[in-house]
Amino acid sequence: MNALNIQKGMSSHSAYDLRDPHAQTEESHTLAIMVENEPGVLARVIGLFSGRGYNIDSLTVAEVDHAGHRSRITVVTRGTPSVIEQIKAQLGRIVVVHDVHDLTVEGPSVERELGLFKVQGQGDKRVEALRIAEIFRANVVDSTLESFVFELSGAPSKLDAFADLMRPLGLIDMARTGVAALARGA
Amino acid sequence: MSRMMTGARMVVEALRDQGVDTVFGYPGGAVLPIYDEIFQQNDITHVLVRHEQGAVHMAEGYARATGKPGVVLVTSGPGATNAVTGLTDALLDSIPLVVLSGQVPTFMIGTDGFQEADTVGITRPCTKHNWLVKDTDKLAETIHKGFHVATSGRPGPVLIDIPKDVQFATGSYAGPKQTDTGSYQPVRKGDLAQITRLVELIEQAERPIFYTGGGVINSGPAASQLLRELADATGFPVTSTLMGLGAYPASGKGWLGMLGMHGLYEANLAMHGCDLMINVGARFDDRITGRVADFSPGSIKAHIDIDPSSINKVIRADVPIIGDVGHVLEDVLKVWKSRGRKVNTAGLKQWWAQIEGWKAKNCLFYRPSDTIIKPQHALQRLEALTKGRDRYVTTEVGQHQMWAAQYLDFDEPNRWMTSGGLGTMGYGLPASIGVQMAHPDALVVNVAGDASWLMNMQEMGTAVQFRLPVKQFILNNERLGMVRQWQQLLHGERYSQSWSDSLPDFVKLAEAFGCKGAQVRDPADLDDAIQQMIDYDGPFILDVLVEKHENCFPMIPSGKPHNEMLLGEAETQGVIESEGAVLV
Repeated sequence: MNALNIQKGMSSHSAYDLRDPHAQTEESHTLAIMVENEPGVLARVIGLFSGRGYNIDSLTVAEVDHAGHRSRITVVTRGTPSVIEQIKAQLGRIVVVHDVHDLTVEGPSVERELGLFKVQGQGDKRVEALRIAEIFRANVVDSTLESFVFELSGAPSKLDAFADLMRPLGLIDMARTGVAALARGA
Repeated sequence: MSRMMTGARMVVEALRDQGVDTVFGYPGGAVLPIYDEIFQQNDITHVLVRHEQGAVHMAEGYARATGKPGVVLVTSGPGATNAVTGLTDALLDSIPLVVLSGQVPTFMIGTDGFQEADTVGITRPCTKHNWLVKDTDKLAETIHKGFHVATSGRPGPVLIDIPKDVQFATGSYAGPKQTDTGSYQPVRKGDLAQITRLVELIEQAERPIFYTGGGVINSGPAASQLLRELADATGFPVTSTLMGLGAYPASGKGWLGMLGMHGLYEANLAMHGCDLMINVGARFDDRITGRVADFSPGSIKAHIDIDPSSINKVIRADVPIIGDVGHVLEDVLKVWKSRGRKVNTAGLKQWWAQIEGWKAKNCLFYRPSDTIIKPQHALQRLEALTKGRDRYVTTEVGQHQMWAAQYLDFDEPNRWMTSGGLGTMGYGLPASIGVQMAHPDALVVNVAGDASWLMNMQEMGTAVQFRLPVKQFILNNERLGMVRQWQQLLHGERYSQSWSDSLPDFVKLAEAFGCKGAQVRDPADLDDAIQQMIDYDGPFILDVLVEKHENCFPMIPSGKPHNEMLLGEAETQGVIESEGAVLV
């Protein structure tokens, strides 16, 4: 039966996806989920993840089309390729979910996150914190004699790096929005 | 042309517009306005149940026996929470239900009011979709949407929670045609390229098999007809899951019997040894696959399913076809015929010879007895004495359920109602009542075990009240038979809590409910007892005292592949290893 060139494990929705479907390594994927903006819709999406044991690394949600009652949920999740496929299929089953886009495989995308960082310190440490903030192009949005609140947006890895540098300089509090993402191009 | 009416009247109006003739329910404070409307009309019969779980299982039985959605009406709080088991059962078995629940008035929601529960929160994971309606103007369209969602795509239960003030308030009624259901339109037609690939494989396969499931039955009678046509024209063997029995007739020439954990030897070995597996509307449940890593290792797998999330969930599909079974089978037949109806005749001949060898094992053999009734024998006699009748069978859950699936024959779809996915003890009695409501003149038998049957026995009151002649065929072994079997095989014969002590006298119980009962313990009296049950004009409980320690075989032990199944008593010692013991 091999004359037909059909191999075990071939899948219809992987024509442009050359990853090994049997791979056991976990990958991080950013999913954009367009949903009907109605009460309980976020609970449905989150409940799916917890109920079926999937991971959520980050989640953002906001209405993006008031007239069309559409909200956009951006989820960063982790799993083996087959788990990611399953997550997308399960999301697609939810009656009020219109579309699920896997921005990680559908082409280049931009991912941005906003963070607020409170750094407490005096003397050299305070000067150093300000200097690093300038390198990162963070804004100072609050200042006292012994603290700053910095506002920084960028890729999540940039926020991670900033937090790592600020930690020895007196980082005492941090708030992050989670990832918002869009595909590049039109 | 919108008509103004109260929310409560809208409910009745919407049900009428949806062609509903029967509602299963139980009144309470938060649904009184709807019950007031039900009182004032005659188009819809309301079946008063004894417990809301019973209402949902009745609606499931009704839905499975008719192909129409079952409708349930319950009150807020405990009424809704009692419905949860039935909703979960219907979700796992893909049964279309519309459940309407009352809720405290909108201004009291969140105050922990009397009989308040977060019904949409509680039922979110056990419904296909649910709604809380806060505006009477949206009530009618929500109900119509509910019917659309419950019955389109992969069917399932929906719940609509209606606060009491919404029932009292007046709003404009929207009919089904004025309701926009456009946003939920699952794909029905399969991809033609994949269908063509499947046909190419059908033409060449040496050892093919159809593995069919509940999706064939859910797709409607036409799908069963197409399956029969395709299977008989190709000459391929057919096996089915518990859920799919009857889609292909047990009398058909390709029939191998049920597959899976307690499936037939020939069906399971054919699944293990096939080179082309055509999954038609089944979902590779763990009862079917056994150890996934060793599941049918040498086959190319085609999977037809209307739910994209079923594809590749457990078993990787080589030829995935997303679509409605009926539409896809129609296209498969069309393409296959247009290409000249080719099959690999030589390969098929050898394949059938191999299958006949497996059949010769006679895997359903059991040691007969003339002193005690063997449960298998009781089912064989039930089959013989009801053959050719307009018969519907429901079951509870356990050994008796598996024996019923093995020993009863189904030649038509929608004749077999059993709790497959959730395995809900207490399903069968209320389901039999729902079936009988749909088919008043048919013979409806609930094959039960003593323990399961007690779980919803209060519904005998419903059967008596509505003069529904349901036959309760209780295989009484005074045990939780399947639990006892697992304890014997897996837990060193320590029979922890798996016997039925203080069982009621079922004959007196029948009398207490105002129906008829009988007990039989001698195999010589069995036929007469079954005949008496069938002939009696009313609900009947037959207490069949059977062998207490009979085990259900064949059995694929947990964690084992299909080709390591057990056929009988001698083989059962120490067969399940510790890794298998953690599985259920």
